Amino acid sequence: MNIDSIQNGVVIDHIRAGQGMKLYNLLKLDETELSVAIIRNVNSGKMGKKDIIKIDADIPLNLDIVAYVDPGATVNIIRSGKLVEKRQMELPETLTDVLVCKNPRCISSTEQELHHIFKLTDRENKVYRCLYCETKAGG
Amino acid sequence: MKRSIIDILDLSTAELEELIATAEDIIDNPDKYAHACDRRILATLFFEPSTRTRMSFEAAMYELGGHVISVSSAMSSSAAKGESVADTAKTVSCYADIIAMRHPKEGAAYVAATNASIPVINAGDGGHCHPTQTLADLLTIWREKRRFEGLTIGLCGDLKFGRTVHSLINAMTRYNGNRFVLISPEELKVPSYVKKGSLKKYNIPYSQTTDLEAAMPELDILYMTRIQRERFFNEEDYLRLKDSYILTPDKLKNAKPDLAILHPLPRVNEISVAIDDDPRACYFKQVLNGKYMRMALILKLLKEAGRL
Repeated sequence: MNIDSIQNGVVIDHIRAGQGMKLYNLLKLDETELSVAIIRNVNSGKMGKKDIIKIDADIPLNLDIVAYVDPGATVNIIRSGKLVEKRQMELPETLTDVLVCKNPRCISSTEQELHHIFKLTDRENKVYRCLYCETKAGG
Repeated sequence: MKRSIIDILDLSTAELEELIATAEDIIDNPDKYAHACDRRILATLFFEPSTRTRMSFEAAMYELGGHVISVSSAMSSSAAKGESVADTAKTVSCYADIIAMRHPKEGAAYVAATNASIPVINAGDGGHCHPTQTLADLLTIWREKRRFEGLTIGLCGDLKFGRTVHSLINAMTRYNGNRFVLISPEELKVPSYVKKGSLKKYNIPYSQTTDLEAAMPELDILYMTRIQRERFFNEEDYLRLKDSYILTPDKLKNAKPDLAILHPLPRVNEISVAIDDDPRACYFKQVLNGKYMRMALILKLLKEAGRL
């Protein structure tokens, strides 16, 4: 399968296979009109299989989201067809307005214009908890 | 500097000791504190039914010589008109010196605290935290045992939704040599995040059982809790579990003579009234201790905020 290399844009590489679509949605790339390629299950020497997202525009990305979905991913900035910057990800201490608390008893379910904030409480196990009610993200 | 108390862990062990010392001084010298909060106003904002906690806060402020303004249900407040917790906190900050708030939503007290310009005390936010109940529990344990270390603490009943249980576990894991016996139906066990976040994290020994009588002989403290109807989405589950544990004199026959029986109240039927006269029953002392600890906390926060 061929996907043209991009001249100016962002390549999110080394995404764990299966996480590409989740990342695409959380980055709200579905809401843009940019040319975006999601390449799934690419053969990788290191990872076996991986996903890649190519965005054909040099747009600011919320790297906290990339780090949350897959701290092993790399973000490559391409300008004039050349790699100018490679960013390694690190789990952010907080995630703001990325996730929504699933606890129906949480104040964030009713309070108007309240930011949805999650804090990293267990780096080893990648556990984030709601700042308000301490419910585990995704739980 | 303004400071709020949302969780019992917002207070260090040194501060807990300071509050206990103040509370005991209030007990011994009530006149010394009778005008400590003259002309200061406590706003009690209770968006969920409460008798004990609201009255305890109000009695505490009156005994300190202060005044109280109050909202006693969501329906009688602007919350019924859709006002946010943030706006309510900002508005009440204009009228009062300190807020005690109960709200059915978890995290509501945090939102109030980050928006109020005066100290906020969490008087219960859904099933999340209820730090002043834990202060009442701690003063009771202190006055009965004169120590916080080397105790075997039995927690019985609803250990899943029981916010007082979680707070007490968090508070007591900070002291050495304590051991927990967690007694509950399978469906109402302590959530894993509490176990991971405190018991396992600090290597605190604990056991889990469904058998209260078997656990009884080893306990120094027995903390009974009510199965709370309001925490269930499903009435059938509540009905099935509500009578899981009923403490009767018969069940105490193998208990230690100096066992301290605590309960955050209200009680439904989980402790027989026949136990009320047993010297080991401490739950009404706990109510009184709650008032003294709230007095101590109000004083501390008002002083820190420069309002005394």
